[in-house]
Amino acid sequence: MSQATDTETVQEDGVIDSVSGPVVTATDLDARMNDVVYVGDEGLMGEVIEIEGNVTTIQVYEETSGVGPGEPVENTGDPLSVDLGPGMLDSIYDGVQRPLDALEEKMGSAFLDRGVDAPGIDLEETWEFEPKVDEGDIVEPGDVVGVVPETVTIEHKVMVPPDSEGGEVVAVESGEFTVEETVVELDTGEGISMHQEWPVRTARPAAEKRTPTEPLVTGQRIQDGLFPLAKGGTAAIPGPFGSGKTVTQQQLAKWSDADIVVYIGCGERGNEMTEVIEDFPELPDPQTGNPLMARTCLIANTSNMPVAARESCIYTGITIAEYYRDMGYDVALMADSTSRWAEAMREISSRLEEMPGEEGYPAYLAARLAEFYERAGRFELQNGGEGSISVVGAVSPPGGDFSEPVTQNTLRIVKTFWALDADLAERRHFPAINWDESYSLYRGQLDPWFTDNVAGDWPDIRQWAVDTLDEEAELQEIVQLVGKDALPEDQQLTLEVARYLREAWLQQNALHDVDTYCEPEKTYQMLGAIKTFNDEAFEALDAGVPVDEIQGVDAAPRLNRMGTAEEYDEFIDEIEADLAEQLRGLY
Amino acid sequence: MKEYQTITEVSGPLVFAEVDEAVGYDEMVEIETPAGETLRGQVLESSEGLVAIQVFEGTEGIDRNASVRFLGETMKMPVTEDLLGRVLDGSGNPIDGGPEIVPDERQDIVGEAINPYSREYPEAFIQTGVSGIDGMNTLVRGQKLPIFSGSGLPHNDLALQIARQASVPEEDEESDDGDDDGSEFAVIFGAMGITQEEANEFMEDFERTGALERSVVFMNLADDPAVERTVTPRLALTTAEYLAFEKDYHVLVILTDMTNYCEALREIGAAREEVPGRRGYPGYMYTDLAQLYERAGRIEGQEGSVTQIPILTMPSDDITHPIPDLTGYITEGQIIVDRSLNSQGVEPPIDVLPSLSRLMDDGIGEGLTRGDHGDVSDQLYAAYAEGEDLRDLVNIVGREALSERDNKYLDFAERFEAEFIQQGFDTNRTIEETLGVGWKLLSMLPKSELNRVDEEFIDQYYIEDESETVEASAD
Ligand SMILES: Nc1ncnc2c1ncn2[C@@H]1O[C@H](COP(=O)(O)OP(=O)(O)OP(=O)(O)O)[C@@H](O)[C@H]1O
Ligand SMILES: [Mg+2]
Repeated sequence: MSQATDTETVQEDGVIDSVSGPVVTATDLDARMNDVVYVGDEGLMGEVIEIEGNVTTIQVYEETSGVGPGEPVENTGDPLSVDLGPGMLDSIYDGVQRPLDALEEKMGSAFLDRGVDAPGIDLEETWEFEPKVDEGDIVEPGDVVGVVPETVTIEHKVMVPPDSEGGEVVAVESGEFTVEETVVELDTGEGISMHQEWPVRTARPAAEKRTPTEPLVTGQRIQDGLFPLAKGGTAAIPGPFGSGKTVTQQQLAKWSDADIVVYIGCGERGNEMTEVIEDFPELPDPQTGNPLMARTCLIANTSNMPVAARESCIYTGITIAEYYRDMGYDVALMADSTSRWAEAMREISSRLEEMPGEEGYPAYLAARLAEFYERAGRFELQNGGEGSISVVGAVSPPGGDFSEPVTQNTLRIVKTFWALDADLAERRHFPAINWDESYSLYRGQLDPWFTDNVAGDWPDIRQWAVDTLDEEAELQEIVQLVGKDALPEDQQLTLEVARYLREAWLQQNALHDVDTYCEPEKTYQMLGAIKTFNDEAFEALDAGVPVDEIQGVDAAPRLNRMGTAEEYDEFIDEIEADLAEQLRGLY
Repeated sequence: MKEYQTITEVSGPLVFAEVDEAVGYDEMVEIETPAGETLRGQVLESSEGLVAIQVFEGTEGIDRNASVRFLGETMKMPVTEDLLGRVLDGSGNPIDGGPEIVPDERQDIVGEAINPYSREYPEAFIQTGVSGIDGMNTLVRGQKLPIFSGSGLPHNDLALQIARQASVPEEDEESDDGDDDGSEFAVIFGAMGITQEEANEFMEDFERTGALERSVVFMNLADDPAVERTVTPRLALTTAEYLAFEKDYHVLVILTDMTNYCEALREIGAAREEVPGRRGYPGYMYTDLAQLYERAGRIEGQEGSVTQIPILTMPSDDITHPIPDLTGYITEGQIIVDRSLNSQGVEPPIDVLPSLSRLMDDGIGEGLTRGDHGDVSDQLYAAYAEGEDLRDLVNIVGREALSERDNKYLDFAERFEAEFIQQGFDTNRTIEETLGVGWKLLSMLPKSELNRVDEEFIDQYYIEDESETVEASAD
């Protein structure tokens, strides 16, 4: 959390009037909406969320046990903001951008104490600043004035802040500086440093939004193959507990071809965040081979951490994402789970005794969700460059029932829908993305990219797969009544082909070293091999070979091993050749 | 300490009183009834001049003349290693007639959240000796893995079996590198609203097996105050954290029945006239449960660990009911006790298909359990699911109408229940034995069907000609 200006601007104190969980009211506090305040003798951090006459309502980002009426409330006069600058990557923050490692050190304990604050970026650390402007240059908001090697992977761009007036460069520094030191001075007297602050609830400006045309390549077959997400697009993953929301999001965080990943654990499990902290420094980024952590910023406000900070963690995350977008990067943001965020809103709202909307959620739920996803997109930047934010939100519907308000309101906004299915998860068909219910509205606009970069017939072969799966669904209904053997042989064969589509292609084991990542070329070739089986098998059937014999060829089950094959090129060529030979050998 | 006789309203478990000093949120309160009885409570809401108090023992006997004392601190649990072997009531007072407890420390029962940065990812396999768990839903140290059951099902027997049999097989080897020195095993048992009869069963088992010595028991029975149930698990977990993170114990916490806990939450919510969430349960129930369940885990640089096995009975066996639903969203999997397996006499009646252990993958495999463990488990799942599916069909069309392949899967599903899951509440299978039964069953299927198992493992473990033999062997 930003605290650079805390000390100078302290306003008049107020007094606590009542305390109920995370909601505190104070009287005589001179504050604006969304100002950050320090509550009680321990100075717990909070934010103004309602002002009514002399009574100000505050949501407190820390536990309030023992806090009572009469204790002071101090206003910082600043809205809830994040610190932006080098050092955010490879970090892990709580919902109000306090670095969790710094908190551990300051508190001297593995347990989160309260009343301890820490700046979002280290104010003492120095960074090697390399200027990109000269004296006499005219700079405007968003312009890059220099670069800093932030991690092995990412070059951090130091920019003229969006709310600056710009001007002529009169002095330029070069070398080691802390984030607060001026590195470029303008004729207006403004000093530009490597540190910016930005209020989290306000989107950072960009010139305009553009239509996304490139996929966010995920390395996941069902996603790249059937339901692609665009760079700058939005996606929702709803599903009951245990259906694979977190694993899917972690897969995207690991393997997608974004430059930067912001991963928000919003009201979920502590161990899941620990897993990321332990794994990501070890795993290689598929683009660069560098540790994944070098492109990742983590925000962890787990389910047992204060509920108000759960409400704010989404904003903290998206603001950080926007800042890297402004540098011209493609950012992917995962929010697990947006339902917990919505519930935090509901909890605070009910303590405020606001008029509840559907299922107790506040009436502004839909608006908040829309505002959040609107901050995604492919943007023309203030400085004329281009950057994008792709947003993927998990949704945790009660009882797995998608008709509830968070899922429904999300579906109205997002353009990619990956529906997770309890039945598939139960039979360990992973990822448990239901191919019938899911969709991507980006498919058409991304096809040119796939035809140019992977294969000219990508859209056709995909359509073949979709049709075969559709046909399977229809046939399954009949099978449920009469059994498979009662079907005509060609339909039995279609079922067999569809089974390979499901088991060999759609299923992908996130836990297998090789299968966990599948480049689009491999996704395409694997599908091609199943299509080869299909074509050769139907030829054989036409030539009078019984379906049992066709199913029995030993090259066919090897299709199931394509995903885990490392040298897939040869492996798949060999299967295709064997399939042709064996099936033709039957007639 | 000031005494007030200013009660303005009594409503369900709540008392409202006027005050002229600052009272902290969550602070402890003592109320003395005119009859001389002392009741305890906690501040639920504190505003200038008025506080709302939740009374643990219920508000019976309270009237306007009762006097209210604010203790100036939040609720604390007196902790010490001497608690081991003791039986306490749901508020933490000894009920076993033993000596007074001299605390080492008094710790806040709400407990602070573990910093996610300070956690250590759980990956030490715990062998429970139950194939349905070890083989397919492996428990690891520091995990929270609830048992979802229904009323009248033998979840308690399963919990006791786990508490009795739980061990870490490679413990001895590990201690060579000085890693695991002296970490002992302890069980914390937190009962909420269970019947006297159930309580007796637990206590008898604890005494019979000598487990009591290394256990701390908290008992809130069905006829104890409902509001007290909201404190009992917090006392239990505070004790667990103390033993784990200050005394290096590996603590297994069994909480039963979480459904009663949630009912108490609902009761308090209703008394406060809160806007109810789904099916009348409070909107903050997710957060409240998370504050209990997340108190499991390991901490970097610490020896001890807290593993939780909460038990809950699903109202009308409905897994989408808010209690199991919210629990499943927080815990790291669930073990499902199934009514129809139970009526078939399968012991323990675990339905593995909807069961899950999310921490399994990192706790198994080469060096932890065995290299083929993951593949075997995946394949057993897939095959059992396929066989299960066919059961509906076979009822309609009969076995003859099914292909040979389908018939194999049907046989597989039957033997899976009869040999793999069925083992009895007293049989303790090693992981080797469990995997052995698994391979025996998988070998009923042709090798080409085993597409989830690495070929190298098929060569090593597949039993040729298994299709003929039908005898169970592991027990
Ligand atoms: N692609 C996959 N490959 C292999 N296993 C998977 C995959 N996806 C999910 N799983 C399995 O499913 C389990 C549950 O997945 P996950 O934790 O992502 O569920 P979730 O939807 O996030 O649940 P919750 O809402 O409770 O957080 C994982 O622990 C893992 O065992
Ligand atoms: Mg999850």
